[in-house]
Amino acid sequence: MGVSMLNLGAALPEIFMAVSALALLMLGVFAGKDKAFRTVSWLAVAAQIITVILVVTGEGGPAFFGQFTADAFAQFCKVMILIGSSVGIIMSMKFAERENMARFEFPILITLATVGMMAMVSASDMMSLYLGLELQSLALYVVAAIRRDTIRSTESGLKYFILGSIASGMLLYGMSMVYGFTGTTNFAVLADTLTGGDLPVGAMVGLAFMFAGLCFKISAVPFHMWTPDVYEGAPTPVTAFFAVAPKIAGLALFVRVAIGPFGSVVADWQQIIVLISILSMLVGSFAALRQENIKRLMAYSSIGHVGFALVGLAAGTEEGVTGVLVYLGIYLVMNLGTFAVILCMRRNDRMNEEITDLAGLAKTKPLMAAITAILMFSMAGIPPLAGFFGKFYVFKAAVDAGLVTLAVIGLVTSVVSAYYYLRIIKVMYFDEPVEGFDRNGTEMNVIMAVATIAILAFVFFPNPLMDSAAIAAASLFGQ
Amino acid sequence: MVVQALAFYLFATIAVLSATAVVTVRNPVHSVLLLILTFFNAAGLFVLLGAEFLAMLLVVVYVGAVAVLFLFVVMMLDINFVEMRQGFLNYLPIGVLIAVVLFVELAFVGAGWTLTDEAVAVLAQPTPAGVGNVEALGRLIYTDYAYIFQSAGLVLLVAMIGAIVLTLRHREGVRRQKISEQVKRTRADTLEIKKVPVGRGI
Repeated sequence: MGVSMLNLGAALPEIFMAVSALALLMLGVFAGKDKAFRTVSWLAVAAQIITVILVVTGEGGPAFFGQFTADAFAQFCKVMILIGSSVGIIMSMKFAERENMARFEFPILITLATVGMMAMVSASDMMSLYLGLELQSLALYVVAAIRRDTIRSTESGLKYFILGSIASGMLLYGMSMVYGFTGTTNFAVLADTLTGGDLPVGAMVGLAFMFAGLCFKISAVPFHMWTPDVYEGAPTPVTAFFAVAPKIAGLALFVRVAIGPFGSVVADWQQIIVLISILSMLVGSFAALRQENIKRLMAYSSIGHVGFALVGLAAGTEEGVTGVLVYLGIYLVMNLGTFAVILCMRRNDRMNEEITDLAGLAKTKPLMAAITAILMFSMAGIPPLAGFFGKFYVFKAAVDAGLVTLAVIGLVTSVVSAYYYLRIIKVMYFDEPVEGFDRNGTEMNVIMAVATIAILAFVFFPNPLMDSAAIAAASLFGQ
Repeated sequence: MVVQALAFYLFATIAVLSATAVVTVRNPVHSVLLLILTFFNAAGLFVLLGAEFLAMLLVVVYVGAVAVLFLFVVMMLDINFVEMRQGFLNYLPIGVLIAVVLFVELAFVGAGWTLTDEAVAVLAQPTPAGVGNVEALGRLIYTDYAYIFQSAGLVLLVAMIGAIVLTLRHREGVRRQKISEQVKRTRADTLEIKKVPVGRGI
C-alpha cells in the first residue's frame, strides 16, 4: 500500500465517529431544550463501541497521502481512548442531570474531542498532528467550562484555554522551526531526512519547543501548573475524562513524535525527557502530600504517573515503548475506578471532595472501602496488583537502556507517593465514621467492580495487554 | 512582451501613487476609496505574475469585504482624523528607526537563509506544469490535503458549538414568530361577525 494513496478505509473509525457526532448534533437540536440528553449520551456511547469494533477489525495502513497512519500502535491507543471517553460519558450522565449541566452538546463535544484524540495518535504529519490536537483541546476547553453558571467551572475552562493556547503556540513555533530547517512536515520523510544522525541546530530548537508544547498537553512538570486548578474546578466526571483520555492521547502522540520522525536522534532528546520525567515524578509525589481535596490529589497523582510513563519513553527502545503502553493501559483502568469512587462521595445529594469525607468508609460501606483500598494500593504500585507491573516494566526498560539513576529516582518517588495513597486507606479504615454516603448508582458499581477485577486479574492474565502492547510498540519501530 | 511591460508599469505606478495617497489625503473616505484602487492594481500585478487565484482572492476578500467594511466604519464613526495626525513629526524619528530595524532584520533573514541538502530535495513544488494555479490549489486543498481541510472544518464546528454552549441563554417571555401556527390560523379562529343593532353599539 503506497503512501501516495487516499485509502479512505484506513480512516473509517474516525470518519464514522465524526459523522455520528454530526448526526447526534442534529438529533439534539431537533429534540430541543436538552430533552434528548440521555438519548444522545447513550447513542454517543454506542457510536464509540461501534468505533472500537471498527478500529480492531480495520485494515489499517497509511492513508490520505501519508498524513495519517492506522498502525497497530494507533489501534492500541485508540481502543484505550475510546474506552476512556465512553466510560467518561456513562459516568457523567446522572451527575449532569443532578447538577443542572445536562446539555445534549456535552456528549457530542466529548465525541468530537475523541475524534481529535484518534486523529492525534494516527497523525503522521505535523499538520494533522496539530489539527487533531486542536480539535481535542478546543472541545476540552468548552467541556471544562460547561457549568457556565459556577465560577469555578468557568475559571477552570478559562485557565485551561489561555494556557492551552500558549502551549499550542509553542508547539506551532517548534513545528515551523523544524519545517524551516528540514523542509518537510511529514514524519516518514522527516525520519529519512534525519537519518544522518545530526540534527540541525534550528531543528533542535524546534524539537525543544514541540516537546514543551506536548509536555503542557500531558501536564508534565514544568508545564503542569494548570492541572490542579483545572481538575479541581471542572465538574468531576469531566475531570475523570480529562485524567484518562486526553492524557493517553497526549502521551501516545509524544511517543509517536519522539520515536517516529526523531527516532534516529534519540541522544538529542533523551536528556529532555529524562529531566521532565524526574521533575514530574518529584512534583507528583511531594506536592501531593499536602493536598486535602481529592480532585487536586488526583491531579498531582496524574502528574506523577505521567513522569513514570515518561521513564519508558526516556529509554527510547522498543521495550520502553511497550512499557509506556502497558502503563497507560493500567493507568486507564485505575483512574476510571478511582473516579467512580470519587463520584460516589455524595452525601445528602451534595458532592464531597475532601479526603476527610472518606473517614470511616470501612464501617458504612465496607465493599466500596475495600475496592478503594485495592485501587489505592495499585496506584501506589504494590505487588501483586496491576499498578506494580506498570511501573516494573518502565523501570526495567530504563535500566536496560542504562538509565539506572532515573530508575532509582523513580523508585524513591514511588515510595514517597505511596504515603498519600496509603493515607486514604488509613482515613477509610481507622478514622471515626462520619455520616454515610448516598446509595451508589448502578453504573458506578459496575465500573468500580470491573476496574477492581481487572487490576486483580492482571497478575494472572497479563498476556492480552502485554502482547497487544508489544505488537503496538513493534509497529512503531518497524517503519 | 511590450504589452505586458506596459501593463506592469501602469499597474505599478497607479498602485504606488494611490498607496501614497491613501496615507496623505485628508478625507478618510477618499483614503479608503484609494485603498480599493490600490488593491485592484495589486490584483492586476498578480495576474501579470500568473497568480490568477491570488488576484481573485484579493478582489473578492479585500475589495469585496475588508475595504467595504473599512468604508462603512469610516462613514459610521465620527473620528477626527486631522487630530489623530497631529504630532506626526514628533514621532517621525522613532518611526523611521523602527522601520530601519525591521528592514535590517528582514535583510538578515533573507541573507542568512540556509537549507540542508536533504531538505532541498524534499521541498514542495511551486506549481505543477500544465495546470492553472486555481486548479493546482484546488487539487492541494480538496485532494492532497483533504484530510487536513476536513479536520479544520471539524475544529471550526467545535468552536461554533462551544460558543453556543457557553453563551446562548434562552430568555423567558420572548415572543417568537411561529410560521406553522400563523399558516394554520383560519378565519374562524380570528374573526367573529356580530350584528350591531343600529344606533346602540355593542
